[in-house]
Amino acid sequence: MGETRLMKGNEAIAEAAIRAGCDAYFGYPITPQSEIIEYLAAQEPHKRTGMVLLQAESELAAINMVYGAAGTGKKAMTSSSSPGISLMQEGISYMAGSELPCLIVNIVRGGPGLGTIQPSQADYSQATKGGGHGDYKLIVLAPASVQEMSDFVPLAFDLAFKYRNPAMILSDGVIGQMMEKVELFDQVPRATEFDQSWATTGKTPDRERNIHTSLDLDPARFERHNRHLQEKYRKIIENEVRFEKIECDNADYVIVAYGSSARICQKTIKLAREKGIKVGLLRPITLFPFPAKEIEKLTDHVKGFMAVELSAGQMVEDVRLAVGKTRKVEFYGRMGGMIPTPIEILNVLEEKFSGG
Amino acid sequence: MDVKDIIKEENLVFKKTKLLTDNILSYCPGCGHGVAHRITMEVIEEMGIVADTIGIAPVGCSVFAYEFMNVDMQQVPHGRAPANATGIKRCWPDKFVFTYQGDGDLAAIGTSETIHACNRGENITIIFINNGIYGMTGGQMAPTTLVGMKTSTTPYGRDVKLMGNPIKMTELVAHLPGTYYVTRQAVHTPLSVRRAKKAIQKAFEIQKEKKGLSFVEIVSNCNSGWKMTPVEANKWMEENMFPFYPLGDIKVDGKMVNK
Repeated sequence: MGETRLMKGNEAIAEAAIRAGCDAYFGYPITPQSEIIEYLAAQEPHKRTGMVLLQAESELAAINMVYGAAGTGKKAMTSSSSPGISLMQEGISYMAGSELPCLIVNIVRGGPGLGTIQPSQADYSQATKGGGHGDYKLIVLAPASVQEMSDFVPLAFDLAFKYRNPAMILSDGVIGQMMEKVELFDQVPRATEFDQSWATTGKTPDRERNIHTSLDLDPARFERHNRHLQEKYRKIIENEVRFEKIECDNADYVIVAYGSSARICQKTIKLAREKGIKVGLLRPITLFPFPAKEIEKLTDHVKGFMAVELSAGQMVEDVRLAVGKTRKVEFYGRMGGMIPTPIEILNVLEEKFSGG
Repeated sequence: MDVKDIIKEENLVFKKTKLLTDNILSYCPGCGHGVAHRITMEVIEEMGIVADTIGIAPVGCSVFAYEFMNVDMQQVPHGRAPANATGIKRCWPDKFVFTYQGDGDLAAIGTSETIHACNRGENITIIFINNGIYGMTGGQMAPTTLVGMKTSTTPYGRDVKLMGNPIKMTELVAHLPGTYYVTRQAVHTPLSVRRAKKAIQKAFEIQKEKKGLSFVEIVSNCNSGWKMTPVEANKWMEENMFPFYPLGDIKVDGKMVNK
C-alpha cells in the first residue's frame, strides 16, 4: 500500500504530477486552483525530480510554454480555472491540430464571465466539444474524489501520449478544495530517454527535420489531416470509455452525473432506495469519450434518466443523444456556485417521475 | 571554354547552406526575409549546432519559415513564440532555441510574451524582422508603422492622434535587466548583411554561454506592402525607417551602449 495522506484535491494533483514524472508545469494563478502551483513551489520539484516549474505571465503564455515543452516530447502540464482555460483555448486548438500531448487541469468555477470562485460544471461543453476553433476533441477525465485527482494525473498523461492529443482533467471547486484521504502512488522516475522521433529536439543527421504545425494551405491535404484526426477520435471512443455504475442493474431510474455531482447523487440513490424507489447512478469518468453505449444499454430496463449537473444542462444533451426518444430524460441543475443537497435531488426526481 | 570547365570546386564563390531547403520561397521578390533566413541558417551551420537547435515560426509572412529553414521547428500561435521558446529552453537548457518574428507578431499581439521572456532573461535568441507593416494580411498598419506612413488601414497616413505612435520594441527590451545583447541591423546591402550575420552569430554565442537573452532586430523592407519597387523600397527604408530605427548595437555584454 502506498503512502496515505489527508490532502486537498488541488494538492493531490500537484503531488501526483511530481510522482508521475511530469517534466514541466507552467501556470498562472487563479482561484479555486492556486494551491496547485503553490504546492509545487513549496515542494521545489527541481530538487525532487528535476521537474521544471515556472509561473507564466498569463494563461496565454502558460499554454504556449506547455506547447513548446510538449513539442520536444516532454510531459508538460498546466492548470487553471474557467476564465483562464478560455484564454488557453487558442493554444489548445493549436496543440490538438499539431497532435501534441499534454495535460490541462480545469478546476471549474461558475460563469459566464469572471463569474464566481464557487464550484460549477458549466465548462462541460467547452471541454468535451472542442473548446477552441476547429474540429478537435480533448480526452477529458472527470475525477469525483481526491483519490481520483491523484490517480488521473498519470492516466491522463498516458492517454495523451498514447494518442498524441491534449488531455484534460475537468474537476471543480468542490473536489479541488475539499480534503480527503488519498493513497499516493510511488514515485515514477522522469523519463530521460524517450521516443524523440517526432519531437523537435534538434535535427540529427539520421532523420529529416521535425516540424510541429497546424497550418496547411492545401485544402486536399488539410482535409486528409482532419480525417486523420477524426479517425483518432473514433479510436479513442472505441477504446477509452470509462465509467462507474452504481446499482444500475435493477434500477427503474438512473441518475447520470459526474464529478462532484456524482458524489452528491451517491447519497441520493441511497435515500431513494430507503424509500423503496429503485434509483441507480451512472457516473461518466471519461466525458470525452462519453459512455453513450452504456447509457443506451440501460434503456432495456430503465424507465427514465435524470442528468444532474452544476450547470444549466450541458451533459444532459449527450445523455439525450444516447437514450434516444424511447425513455424520458430529465435534468436538474444548480448554477452560480450553488450546490444541491442529496434530498433536494431526490425530491426533484420523485416529482419529475411521479407519473411513472 | 565549356561551362563544365568553370563549374569546379576551386571556382566556387558562393554555396547555399544545407540548412535552407530547396522549397520555393513564399516571400515577394525583393523582400528581406530570404536573406535574413539565409544568414540565420548559415550561422547555425557554421557553428555546427543544428542537432541542438530548435526554431519557432510565428504568424505573419514568416509563418512558413519552417518550409525553408532545414532545422527542427515549431509553428506557434500569433505572438506567443517567446513563451514557446521558454517552454523548450527550460526543459532543454543546453539546446539552442530561437524565435523568428515579425513586427505585428512581436510588437503588437505578442508584446507581453516578448517583454516577459526578455525580463526573465531566458537564454534564447529573438530575431525580430521590422518592416513597419503587416505583410501577410495585405499591408495593414503595424505597431511599428511610421507616423504619416500609408497602409491599407491608414490610407491617409498614420495619424498619431488616432493610432498612437510607432513603438521601438528594441530600445524598450534593452532596458530590461534580462537582455544581454540587443542590436538593430539591416540586410539590404552586402555590408549590412555581413554585419547582421555577425550579430546573429554573437546572439547564438551568448546562448551557448548562457548569459541571457539576445535580441536582434532587422529593419527590413516590404516592397509589396509599401507599393514600391525593391530598389525604391530600400531607398525609402534608408531615408525614412533608419532615422527612426537607427542601426547599431543598443546593449552589449549586458550594458547599454552610450551614443
